[in-house]
Amino acid sequence: MDPLSWSGIFLQMVQQFAAPLIAVAVTFAISIVFKRRLGLYGKLFDSVIGMIGLALVLFWVFTAFFAGALDMVGTHDPLDQSAMMKKALPGEPYTKLIGEPDPDAGAHYLLGGDNLGRDVFSRVVDGSIKVMLIAPFATIFAFMVGITLGLPAGYYGGRFDTVLSFLANLVLAFPVILLFYLLVTPEIKETLIPRIMAGTLFLFPIVFLTVLWNSRFRTQAAKRNLYVGITLVVGTWVYLGIAWDADPTGIISFPPNLLVVFVSVVFVNAPTVFRIVRGLALDIKTRDYVAAAQTRGEGPWYIMLWEILPNARGPLLVDFCLRIGYTTILLGTLGFFGLGLESESADWGKMIIDGRRLLSANILHIAIPPALALLSLVLGLNFLADGLREESLRD
Amino acid sequence: MGRFILRRVGVMLLTALCLTFIVFFLTNLYPNLEKMAKTEGNMRMSDAEVESYLNNNGYLQPVLVKYGQWLGVLPGYVIEGTDGKVRAKCAASDVPIEEAPAFCGVLQGNWGYSNRLKKDVDEVIGEKLALTGMLMFWVMLLMVPSALILGVLAGMREGSKLDRTLSTFSIGTTATPEYVSGVLFIAVFASSAVGLKWFKGTATSAMDNITFENFFLPVLTIAVYGMGYIARMTRASMAEVMTSQYIRTARLKGVSFPNIVMKHALRNALIAPFTVIMLQFPWLLNGVVIVETLFNYKGFGWALVLAAGNNDIELLLGISVVSVVVVLVTQLISDIGYVYLNPRISVS
Amino acid sequence: MSKLQAHDGPILEIDNLSISFFTRLREIPAVMDFSVSVQPGEAVGLVGESGCGKSTVALGVMQDLGVNGRVVGGTIRFKGRDLSQMSAEELRDIRGNEIAMIYQEPMASLNPAMKIGKQLIEVPMIHEGIGEKEAWQRALDVVRDVKLPDPERILKSFPHQLSGGQQQRIVIAMALMSKPSLLILDEPTTALDVTVEAAVVELVKDLGKKYGTSMLFISHNLGLVLETCDRICVMYSGEAVETGSIRDVFDKMRHPYTQALFRSIPLPGANKNARPLVAIPGNFPLPHERPQGCNFGPRCDYFEEGRCNRAEGIPMEPVLGNERHASRCLRFEEIDWNAPIKASVTTEAPEKGEVVLKIDNLKKYYEVAANALFGKGGDTKVVKANETLSFEARESETLAIVGESGCGKSTFAKVLMGLETATDGQILLDNRNIEGTRIEKRDTKTVADVQMVFQNPFDTLNPSMTVGRQITRALEVFGVGKNDAERRAELMRLLDLVKLPREFADRMPRQLSGGQKQRVGIARAFAGGARIVVADEPVSALDVSVQAAVTDLLMEIQREKKTTLLFISHDLSIVRYLSDRVMVMYLGHVVELGTTEQVFAPPYHPYTEALLSAVPIADTSVEKKHIVLEGDVPSAMNPPSGCPFQTRCRWKSQVPAGLCEIEVPPMRTLDDGHQLKCHLAEVKLAEMEPVIKVAAE
Repeated sequence: MDPLSWSGIFLQMVQQFAAPLIAVAVTFAISIVFKRRLGLYGKLFDSVIGMIGLALVLFWVFTAFFAGALDMVGTHDPLDQSAMMKKALPGEPYTKLIGEPDPDAGAHYLLGGDNLGRDVFSRVVDGSIKVMLIAPFATIFAFMVGITLGLPAGYYGGRFDTVLSFLANLVLAFPVILLFYLLVTPEIKETLIPRIMAGTLFLFPIVFLTVLWNSRFRTQAAKRNLYVGITLVVGTWVYLGIAWDADPTGIISFPPNLLVVFVSVVFVNAPTVFRIVRGLALDIKTRDYVAAAQTRGEGPWYIMLWEILPNARGPLLVDFCLRIGYTTILLGTLGFFGLGLESESADWGKMIIDGRRLLSANILHIAIPPALALLSLVLGLNFLADGLREESLRD
Repeated sequence: MGRFILRRVGVMLLTALCLTFIVFFLTNLYPNLEKMAKTEGNMRMSDAEVESYLNNNGYLQPVLVKYGQWLGVLPGYVIEGTDGKVRAKCAASDVPIEEAPAFCGVLQGNWGYSNRLKKDVDEVIGEKLALTGMLMFWVMLLMVPSALILGVLAGMREGSKLDRTLSTFSIGTTATPEYVSGVLFIAVFASSAVGLKWFKGTATSAMDNITFENFFLPVLTIAVYGMGYIARMTRASMAEVMTSQYIRTARLKGVSFPNIVMKHALRNALIAPFTVIMLQFPWLLNGVVIVETLFNYKGFGWALVLAAGNNDIELLLGISVVSVVVVLVTQLISDIGYVYLNPRISVS
Repeated sequence: MSKLQAHDGPILEIDNLSISFFTRLREIPAVMDFSVSVQPGEAVGLVGESGCGKSTVALGVMQDLGVNGRVVGGTIRFKGRDLSQMSAEELRDIRGNEIAMIYQEPMASLNPAMKIGKQLIEVPMIHEGIGEKEAWQRALDVVRDVKLPDPERILKSFPHQLSGGQQQRIVIAMALMSKPSLLILDEPTTALDVTVEAAVVELVKDLGKKYGTSMLFISHNLGLVLETCDRICVMYSGEAVETGSIRDVFDKMRHPYTQALFRSIPLPGANKNARPLVAIPGNFPLPHERPQGCNFGPRCDYFEEGRCNRAEGIPMEPVLGNERHASRCLRFEEIDWNAPIKASVTTEAPEKGEVVLKIDNLKKYYEVAANALFGKGGDTKVVKANETLSFEARESETLAIVGESGCGKSTFAKVLMGLETATDGQILLDNRNIEGTRIEKRDTKTVADVQMVFQNPFDTLNPSMTVGRQITRALEVFGVGKNDAERRAELMRLLDLVKLPREFADRMPRQLSGGQKQRVGIARAFAGGARIVVADEPVSALDVSVQAAVTDLLMEIQREKKTTLLFISHDLSIVRYLSDRVMVMYLGHVVELGTTEQVFAPPYHPYTEALLSAVPIADTSVEKKHIVLEGDVPSAMNPPSGCPFQTRCRWKSQVPAGLCEIEVPPMRTLDDGHQLKCHLAEVKLAEMEPVIKVAAE
């Protein structure tokens, strides 16, 4: 078989990406048709930057989905090595020399092979799954923590605020890499520290939701008990499973390796969210509708969660997008220093540093694809944030 | 003003104490100590051997005591080891234990000894800091002016073509972490595959002799990531100032556009970015670590990776103290500078 | 760079001007077919409600419409030259040199990072090319002209070091630096306190004469225009509807909108029971939803189907027998302009009931850090926000609390609502003490009984909740209704009560106009059957025509529910119109308390006297005594010794032995419970003349 030409590689790649590309196109078509009825999301389609951003983000979301859930997109097993394919150039025909031949394997290594003879293209695709699993969820958790602490800090002020702000600044003054080097090591998994941190950080979503329902339905006991009850039961169950690996039913668990990474990323992001939320709360609490809520005797948590928080959603949404991007960068950084992952797994940061060593040997195809993949995803998120910011400012 | 600085310095010291303690605590976790013992001794040490090694060297004291000794507020340990030999923290190899001073912590100027580099920590840090300082200096020199120019040009006429182009560019750079841009730069400008070969792909030679060829890429790599952020802050601040009422007043006074930008808008627009630039330092430190690894420049960041990767406890502590102090000092400068830049805050 | 050569005709001539703004969706016409001319030395007032396009006209004259705005028709001639034909260079020569502009927010108009002097000398240096020294000298003269003390020091300070009134004087000085021939003032006093406003207006009038400057004065306040201008142009929804001399338009108006406007503002003589205001029905049309034909048609009493809503526009027609008076109405010659107001419904004044609220020697002190930035641990200062407040309020009674910013009226509201606790004294609600009970500790009944209506309609509703949800929440909290269905029914009743369509329940606040939002705010306050309602300037942020409607609504609900209304306001016209009793506050002290008749007639407290004189009245038959107060309201952080008002009082010299500076005067009770906090002797008080005299008709 002949090696593919660059145009051949391109066509083949488009073919492999067909499913996510079609999904993006369909999403866009539907959204544009109904854009006037979709609120802020619909307005995104008035901004070129926002649309580009959304397209890039959706592309990677769908790629991760199709690759992770349906095992599509990739051409080879990302962990499968082939002695013949070491440092193979893009488009080279696939030959299998070690281990069991992969029956589904494609004919070529579209982006060549890495230094162990694994398919770069499939590894890049596979790397998106991990990013999509961790980055958005870690960001959500960071927001839950930041909001639960930032709202009262801004609303009450005083000593509580002083202490929390001091702690937040403490974490922020830490160089992130130092923190990662201290937290995400194989040794630390032997101690209780990651569990304790997870146990603390993962409590916040439960607290957040419980308080949310309780303050909203304080006057209607039946509804309140229902909502709070559901939250507590489901929350405790998931919490035990994830944080303490002690799910009584044994359904929910979290690989300890990922847990450390996840917890560290939440820990690094939460203080910044805290500061943003605190600032917003300080601003919004002076509004008359907050005074109106106070004068009808609303509790502080109702005011914080139902009067202040919804009106802070614009800036928070923008920051949410940016922060997912930042988290993606952090995950890459972790990979870059080889922290917190199995040595084999496909990780963009790890692939970049591996490929870096071969750049001086003029082998570019190993480092460049993951670099571009990470770049396009983060760029998409930043563009999306910018589009959202611009459109939400417009009304 | 004096009271303000005093308060800030107080908070700063407290922060530094807290942070170093956290680092101390984490590096002194038993699994870390065990690993260190094995690297110092040999990999096949039994658990009992590890324990006696750690005990003999004072590692098994309570963590607060150890921290106090490291700081120099508690007297250094004197321990009779399981092997019958008496060891003291403060005794150098050629000094008899009786003559050794009681205290030998950071406060006495004793930063400890790097197991990995076989040198005193303060010596290592001094040397590495000088190298990294050089890198930072050039980064700042490239990053700050270009970011400010980008931001001011973009924010001066919000919504114009120039604004859109420059803003998109700055968003692009904030989305490019150092390990991505560094790899791309090396691939494009330093490898013979593309064929430009303008610069060198490593900066090792820059440690002795800085040239444009061997130093520009690392500097650019750090600068690019930070630049976009500062530029966007400057743009936002500039755009806000340009729509403010006093700029309209100036325009309707008949002031020409260049004069509006230079005389009326600039100072107001630069207040916010100044803080941002100063608060960039923790970020820049990240960049330094990545870039020094990427370009094999053996500076401060490289030492951090080395120390952390090998659990070189005393070196790691020294490095974290220095980096934390750098961060806190810049925060202090940013606060004071803000007060001076902004006439609306009276200092008296 | 010289000025344009002398020109014989009008300084400014605007002819059939049309200006539009272009958005992504559509073209929005902001000004249509607008004509006005300003003669040398003449002051022309441009009056209308917000959104009528009056500020756009000003920006059009300055040729500063931004990226989206464009002149789409007509011409603007300045000294005979068409401004739209000028190059950017020529325009720059004219701006600041020939035409100067003064805006609403003085603080925002001054560059915060530049010293005052530098901002002033810049103007002649650009336009006349004179040296720095000469310009500085000029600046000193002009600053002296705007009556600021210590010009040298002022020129060397930053804007934030001056008070609001001083800043506005600097802005005026800046406008006069190059002795322009036309001065455009866009709501120059709206951000200032009444007494400061009066002084600034006085100054503008004098300087206009001294410098021979023509003025285009933009305002929503008819009274202010009456005091400052020679001619007036009334605008409605992008069009001029009536122009003429002040006398003609005020006394012989020939447009239904002008008439309706005058009938909806509280002039002396209007009274909530005997002569109520007539609100203009309906709402101001949005720029892209203007009706066909006459813009005012749908809200006009004289509307004629088929004629007033004809397809082509309505032209401006001169009023016969008066060449510079014109009206944009097809029917102005048929309407009987002297017919009495027919729509008004008079009511009996309701009986006052029991005392429901009794305030006794209430004090509220705050401790604040002396230095806000470096706070905590530093020196603290005590701010006396409320000093010995005592009064009673009865059922069905309206008690007005009057004062300028910093007088402590809002603090009092907070203490009453339970958001703060009192430092000393008592608040008795139905003979129960509530001054020390914070709102969390109060029972639902007490909370529901005392409710509040807020000032800013754009801030009073939570922007991310529907109108219905916000009212329903209040119902839930106050325990009204057993289930969702009952609460829904109650919500509908409340919407009916405030005369809003029921479908508003599902709207978001941003879909409502300011007046409608304020109605929702009122509905929310009455959700738990409030017995005492604190209305904190509920209409001051609304347009004139809407003010009347909202005020009447409040009165009507009060009559029906026998509510005690505490009406906080700085606007004495509206206070005179609706209140039964008035309490005047200054720097935390109650300086005068009495029935409306007592407070509005001599003897006055010197501060009340000044306030009354400061309020502009849009009635040509009213003669006012001019009392201009010196300086600004002192800061509550740093109150003067003795009587709080002594620094600005014009009667101070009449009190012997400098008593005013030493001792806070005691509260004195004159006849019929009229209370006054002043050292002036009875004789002196008796000598006081009424400030407002209505000339015999």
